[in-house]
Amino acid sequence: MTGAPASTAPAAALSIRGLSKEYVRGQRVLAGLDLDVAGAGLTAVIGPSGTGKSTLLRCINRLVEPTTGQILFGGRDIVPLRGRALREARREIGMVFQEYNLVERLTVMENLLCGRLGYTSAFRAWLRRFEPADIERAWALLEQVGLADFANRRADALSGGQRQRVGIARAVMQQPRLLLADEPTSSLDPRTSVEIMELMRGLGRSHAIPVIVNMHDVDLARRFADRIVGMSGGSIVYDGPAADLGDDVLRRIYGGTSWLQ
Amino acid sequence: MAEPRAALKANWLARAGWLLLAAYVVYAASRLDFSLARFSTGLDNGARFLARMLPPRIAQPDSLVNGLAESLEIAVLASFAGVLLALPLGLLAARNLMPAWASWPARAVIAAARSFHPVIVAIVFVKAVGFGALAGICALVVASIGFIGKLFAEAIEEISLKQVEAVRATGASFANVIVYGVVPQVFSRFIGFASYQFDSNLRNSTMVGIVGAGGIGGTLFSAFQRFDYDFVAAILLAIIATIMVGEVIAGWVRRVFVERGRVDEE
Repeated sequence: MTGAPASTAPAAALSIRGLSKEYVRGQRVLAGLDLDVAGAGLTAVIGPSGTGKSTLLRCINRLVEPTTGQILFGGRDIVPLRGRALREARREIGMVFQEYNLVERLTVMENLLCGRLGYTSAFRAWLRRFEPADIERAWALLEQVGLADFANRRADALSGGQRQRVGIARAVMQQPRLLLADEPTSSLDPRTSVEIMELMRGLGRSHAIPVIVNMHDVDLARRFADRIVGMSGGSIVYDGPAADLGDDVLRRIYGGTSWLQ
Repeated sequence: MAEPRAALKANWLARAGWLLLAAYVVYAASRLDFSLARFSTGLDNGARFLARMLPPRIAQPDSLVNGLAESLEIAVLASFAGVLLALPLGLLAARNLMPAWASWPARAVIAAARSFHPVIVAIVFVKAVGFGALAGICALVVASIGFIGKLFAEAIEEISLKQVEAVRATGASFANVIVYGVVPQVFSRFIGFASYQFDSNLRNSTMVGIVGAGGIGGTLFSAFQRFDYDFVAAILLAIIATIMVGEVIAGWVRRVFVERGRVDEE
């Protein structure tokens, strides 16, 4: 991952305090969760389905409204932010989705430039008049993820792995100070999953920003993560290096034993 | 031996419904003298009428050409203004993007615009703004708002919100979310709606003249009243030709915008 255009924005520390979310009153999906992420490095969040991993990630960029708690991003609580202030916080947080969430009918290049929409007026965006520096960075990123020849293809013409690389490039186009990924490999085959994880880890390192990835695949998490956070029932039950993730810890996270055989 | 078990359950409610419908058809036909005998006397009359239509004759070339030109102008202006007004209204009416306080009034306006036939709306506008093309344009603008507004709102309600969410997550403003997350998903369908609406406006613009709202309809109506049936036939043929040309043009528009998009998918 050399030749990556360096991020101009420094990494921002994320500090979550007492974060709770109830979609239905009285049913806590996140139960007063604390989490600190600072410096570059890949943090994998693992845990059973429905334990609130996705909700946690979506609270960080406020796609989901937290019920209570603080989310300090670069020293500022982003939970009370609204309107322009919220959008300005969001554009510093890149997000990669399980189902890529590309705008299917736009070209690959247009999808990348979506990453700059937080900095572009509606008029210029409508006319596709993006900053030359942004367009140059988009080309450089496309070359980096091996999709330069696909720049003018429509996103719906790509394979799953190609789409996810576009999704990652779109997030990096934001020049984020934090990169979130919600199960980025769950819709991909094993080989492509490894390639995507390598790409995410490499981009995180070359831009020196923290990367937080929700995952289902424990082996993939062990292989790529610097740190693993295990969630169960809306709380963090393990937080430590990948090397210490033993069977006893996995039992604590997922419960039961027979599946470990 | 036990009775064989039935595979399906009889639906007595549906059977009763069909019986009721049949009974009503018979009742309505008897009330309105809808019978074969009445139809055959009508046919005689029709034959005489048809005979007087042939051969078609362009009695007043000026009023034919002017009327058709005016109809075309009404259709183009009404389509343009109607679509322009329908877009924001349709967006406001989309319940997946807009809060209820915005979508309900917008939906009410669209429903009101759809509730009357363009001819009835044209009569209202003739009374309101006077005879002539303006009344016809206004009537067809209302029809366009009703049709495009409703279909556009429905198209937006069917889009993938995942794509919208991803654009929102980049910190894009609401306007940018619409331009990049919503419009690309509905654009080709919108072109389809607009070209069908132009088609429909062209058809209706030949008719609103009957109530004095401009266009070829006025010429047609006065030819009827003078019993100039050969001129009537000529006008009808001219209208058919115009509609067909309009359909070809609408087809081109669809091909340029919609099918070019499909080729890109390869």
